[in-house]
Amino acid sequence: MKLSSSARWSLRLTTYLTLLIVYLPLLIVVILSFNDSNALVWPPRGFTTHWWSSIGHVESAREALLTSTKIGLVATVIAVVLGSLLSFALQRHDFFGKNAISFIAVLPIALPGIVTGVALRNTFVRFGWDLGYTSVIVGHATFCIVVVYNNVIARLRRTSPNLREASSDLGATPFQTFRFVTWPLTRSAIAAGAILAFALSFDEVVVTTFTAGAGVSTLPQWILNNFSRPNVLPYVTVVATLVMIVSLPIAWLAQRLSDGPGGAQ
Amino acid sequence: MCSVHRVGQRLERAAGLAPRRSRYVGARRHLALGTVLSGPLAWLVIVYLGSLALLITSAFFRLDDFTGKSTSEWTTDNLSEAFTTAAYRTLVLRSVAIAALATLVCVVIALPVAFYISRVARTWTKRGLVVALTIPLWAGYLVKAYALRAIFEPGSGDDGGGFLHSVVGWSPGFGYIATVVTLAYMWFPYMFLPIYTGFEKVPDSLLDASADLGAGTFRTLRSIVFPLLVPSIAAGSIFTFSLSLGDYITVKVVGGTTQMIGNIIERTLLAPNQPLAAAFTLWPILIMVAYLVAMNRLGAFRNL
Repeated sequence: MKLSSSARWSLRLTTYLTLLIVYLPLLIVVILSFNDSNALVWPPRGFTTHWWSSIGHVESAREALLTSTKIGLVATVIAVVLGSLLSFALQRHDFFGKNAISFIAVLPIALPGIVTGVALRNTFVRFGWDLGYTSVIVGHATFCIVVVYNNVIARLRRTSPNLREASSDLGATPFQTFRFVTWPLTRSAIAAGAILAFALSFDEVVVTTFTAGAGVSTLPQWILNNFSRPNVLPYVTVVATLVMIVSLPIAWLAQRLSDGPGGAQ
Repeated sequence: MCSVHRVGQRLERAAGLAPRRSRYVGARRHLALGTVLSGPLAWLVIVYLGSLALLITSAFFRLDDFTGKSTSEWTTDNLSEAFTTAAYRTLVLRSVAIAALATLVCVVIALPVAFYISRVARTWTKRGLVVALTIPLWAGYLVKAYALRAIFEPGSGDDGGGFLHSVVGWSPGFGYIATVVTLAYMWFPYMFLPIYTGFEKVPDSLLDASADLGAGTFRTLRSIVFPLLVPSIAAGSIFTFSLSLGDYITVKVVGGTTQMIGNIIERTLLAPNQPLAAAFTLWPILIMVAYLVAMNRLGAFRNL
């Protein structure tokens, strides 16, 4: 398509301006974590590494980190198993109700989190089950299934069914076909789905708020609860920076493993 | 695709094995489908849809004012309160407006940016830009909410303000504008990715044909490219709209006194008035179902 040079330049300007706007707030949080003041004011009052050097002593943040990790791992395992099985079933077979099932799978992320959260809380309370680790994990797994499902089904759509047919024609058992054909083709997509599922669980606030009992506090909940306390606020910026340092490279890795536009395939 | 398979069948038929094998394989395929599908289906239908169904029915139970728990007595009072009270309707309308505006902001920014990256940028900068624009999705929801709070902080008296206040000298403060901007900021990658993929899928031959027939760049964009992008925009908007509509934390962080449906649901639930809160959740459920149906007609589900 022919574009005048002024059109090219304005498009380039819009793109790089957007990029700047996307990263500026994140950069400000990083800078404020070294700020010698406990308010979100600009410019920073003075430079200090106090918050960074003493973050290890904030017991509640460490516990929240542990809680988030445990919940994220269990929810991810459930989501990987169920999401992969679902994508295998929907990609390989044609059957009545297939479209309905793929619609239901997307529903937990298409409906607002508050609906899922309130619904699951209601179910747990109704049956007299305690709100706690289990209810949070059930909530997280429910919306993580679709992340794994999306990643794996995208990969399956790209691989030819001939490979599996050839494998069984050559005498492989279903298990051997899975072990030597399907698994090598899909494992990187499953890994990408698992990473994204864990990241989604690690970051989730709304479903967690409604399904967690009094005893469970994840890292996002810790941030939420401590933001309004001026003497803890600087630690919130430190934790936020740490979250970015850890999650951004991992998200980049997941993107490279998956089939999306940023992916390697 | 079937030739190898067919040769195999022919060989087996020659060996007199065909009828037994095909029946066996057919049954085994059904069995395999059943085993593979039962786990995820049980979870989605029993845990998720079951909970949604329970939630909807719970809106029809009367609340015991003394114990704060729902009784087994049926009533439509909760529904009529949630759906006919003028104040709640205004609140719902405002939430829809905020979500629609945030979605619109995302579309207006994502279109030129995705166009540039897909059609103008050099190949080697392409992937870098796509990754750079989508990675912040994983920077953390609350991190971004508070980052934007630090931007919009209006400041008071000698207590200095946030970034905009100090650098630009003006901030819209906490309210509608800050809420819409923050929601658009948070969910932008969900809109950008499908639109970018949509641009990538537009065949060059169509653009050449349009130019050959005398259309200018703008005409080609409007009459050829945009119609092809509608399903992508619809797919992206499902996420930006839904995530914004149900949000109640962003609006607490940067919205000042602004309230959305989520705030009412949360407050009613903790009151505690579970049946009325359940009645309120019918608002986002109904709005989203209508929205999904509309977007499906625009072809969104082919692009999810």
